[in-house]
Amino acid sequence: MLSRVLSGDYPRSPILTAALLVILFALALAPFLFPGAQPLNVAAKICVFVLLVASYDLLLGYTGIVSFAHTMFFGIGGYGAAIVLSRLGPSWSALALGIIAAIVVAGTLALLIGLFSLRVRAIFFAMITLAVATAFLVLASQLSGFTGGEDGLNYSVPEILRPSFRLFDAPLFGTVVNGRIITYYIVFFAALAGFLLLLRVVNSPFGSVLQAIRENEFRAEALGYPVVVYRSIASVVSAVMAALAGFLLALWLRYTGPDTTLSFAIMIDVLLMVVIGGMGTLYGAVIGATLMTVAESYLQTILGSLGKLGAGAGIPFVSTLLSADRWLLWLGILFILSVYFFPTGIVGKLRTHWLNRKNKALQKRSGSASNK
Amino acid sequence: MNATVPVLETQDLTIRFGGHVAVNKVTCAFQPGTLTAIVGPNGAGKTTYFNLISGQLAASAGQVLIRGKDVTRLPASARTQRGLGRAFQLTNLFPNLTVFENIRLAVQARAGAGLSLFTLWTDRRDLMHAAGVILERVRLADKRETVAGALPHGDQRKLEIALLIALEPDVFMFDEPTAGMSMDEVPNVLEIIGELKRDASKTILLVEHKLDVVRSLAGRIIVLHNGALVADGEPAEVMASSIVREAYLGQDFEDA
Ligand SMILES: Nc1ncnc2c1ncn2[C@@H]1O[C@H](COP(=O)(O)OP(=O)(O)O)[C@@H](O)[C@H]1O
Ligand SMILES: [Mg+2]
Repeated sequence: MLSRVLSGDYPRSPILTAALLVILFALALAPFLFPGAQPLNVAAKICVFVLLVASYDLLLGYTGIVSFAHTMFFGIGGYGAAIVLSRLGPSWSALALGIIAAIVVAGTLALLIGLFSLRVRAIFFAMITLAVATAFLVLASQLSGFTGGEDGLNYSVPEILRPSFRLFDAPLFGTVVNGRIITYYIVFFAALAGFLLLLRVVNSPFGSVLQAIRENEFRAEALGYPVVVYRSIASVVSAVMAALAGFLLALWLRYTGPDTTLSFAIMIDVLLMVVIGGMGTLYGAVIGATLMTVAESYLQTILGSLGKLGAGAGIPFVSTLLSADRWLLWLGILFILSVYFFPTGIVGKLRTHWLNRKNKALQKRSGSASNK
Repeated sequence: MNATVPVLETQDLTIRFGGHVAVNKVTCAFQPGTLTAIVGPNGAGKTTYFNLISGQLAASAGQVLIRGKDVTRLPASARTQRGLGRAFQLTNLFPNLTVFENIRLAVQARAGAGLSLFTLWTDRRDLMHAAGVILERVRLADKRETVAGALPHGDQRKLEIALLIALEPDVFMFDEPTAGMSMDEVPNVLEIIGELKRDASKTILLVEHKLDVVRSLAGRIIVLHNGALVADGEPAEVMASSIVREAYLGQDFEDA
């Protein structure tokens, strides 16, 4: 049963298993474990980014495609929700229309980009996606009548999802189950379902072909796998999942703008998360997204207070280094260190560590057996 | 079925790299149930001729036909799906995947099962079983879980052949399959090719330098020299012809 849910793809490291379980339980019970708006906000963001990063890993880690257009699909999902909700009003049918439209648009666009440009070299493909994503960003900012331009769109969500809605009259485990918490669980379960679906795809016959293409596309083609078709389908699946993630974020934030979905800062975040977590593992997306989102949410505060402490102690250099707006610098250092020490990401490192330990134990056992 | 339509045919097949004509107007037809050896000195264009047939390179001029149908504009994968199978001279595997997974991918390609997104590949027991059988056949069973890139050269050559067998093509194209193998590994490979040859529906193209191998297996030899087809016929006839002796075979013949 568990094996089917995980598609036979286990974490393959006890430390990783423990970390994943902690994250899963923390996210599943977040509204009850960490009361308050800020922690729940962080938890929802983690859910969204796990799905977004996992969908990017399908491209980068499994298929070996470098694309900079991933936030564009994220944005299509976000604007899909935003535009229908602000035009048609906060109804469930509007939401259904929004998600269908977002999936169709994202999927079609990914298919077109794939069929037209996945034949070219990886570096040119990366540049094409950069150009398309830039054009999309400009378009979204310019069509302000439709997208709200730079200001983005504010909208309300169906009544059940609003903060004022109460599911029960009495609090549950000391927490008032309001519309925000319901929204959170929609985000959580949708992201979980999306993640498990991706786990299935990478362990399917299709997924095994993607890895073959990453390894040696020339030979995959010679075996009779039309590489462009496979890559295009992978792009479509990845884009649809990214759009779903964007849709969930839009539902959570009740605001969508270029900065929350389309910006290149987010694209860089996604890249960092997938690399730090471990490419081509999917579980790396969980680790990377959780670590980075928590770091970004709290590092600024922590650094800020440390900086003040340093200033108080009369060490101005430290205070400059630790000031809140230096957090990007620290992120950069974190990135370089992690790529240097864990080129296969945290998940890769944990798996190799465990494999080596198991092999050693095996050798010891067979060694002592032969000595007898 | 029309027996006179060759399973594979090239007409005036040509490729130029800049000014250099690597394959020059090669016209040749291959009938089912035959084994044709392709010989010629290094750089004669044998591998390039194979690349043009199986679609790794696009022809500058001329045609490739499979069962009379022009496939010159089709990509390699489409030609494989139409029954061409190719093993490479320079080993060309999935280096970070296991030996078993390499073979299973070829079996899966043959079964046309790659486009299933929501099933598990481990649920295709039939494909895994077929891959296991081939693993035994090329004597790599003990290397099942080794990643292909970590295999010694001889085993990589065997895996290369395993991928070709797994495709079950109508036309087998071997490009120097025994090159770089140790002497005790060669008989197994020749035995495999011999078995394939016994199936009268299969066509085999074999680029091979070892003349004793060519003589014992081939019913026909074609000779490429500077990209052009300079001789075509039964082994004894071709080996006796004076152009061939002059062009290339001379010394080898004295040795043989
Ligand atoms: N991709 C290529 N670009 C330029 N020249 C090539 C290329 N492939 C092969 N050649 C040239 O074509 C000629 C034939 O090579 P090849 O087919 O490998 O010979 P053979 O297999 O008979 O030893 C050689 O001169 C080689 O340098
Ligand atoms: Mg060659």
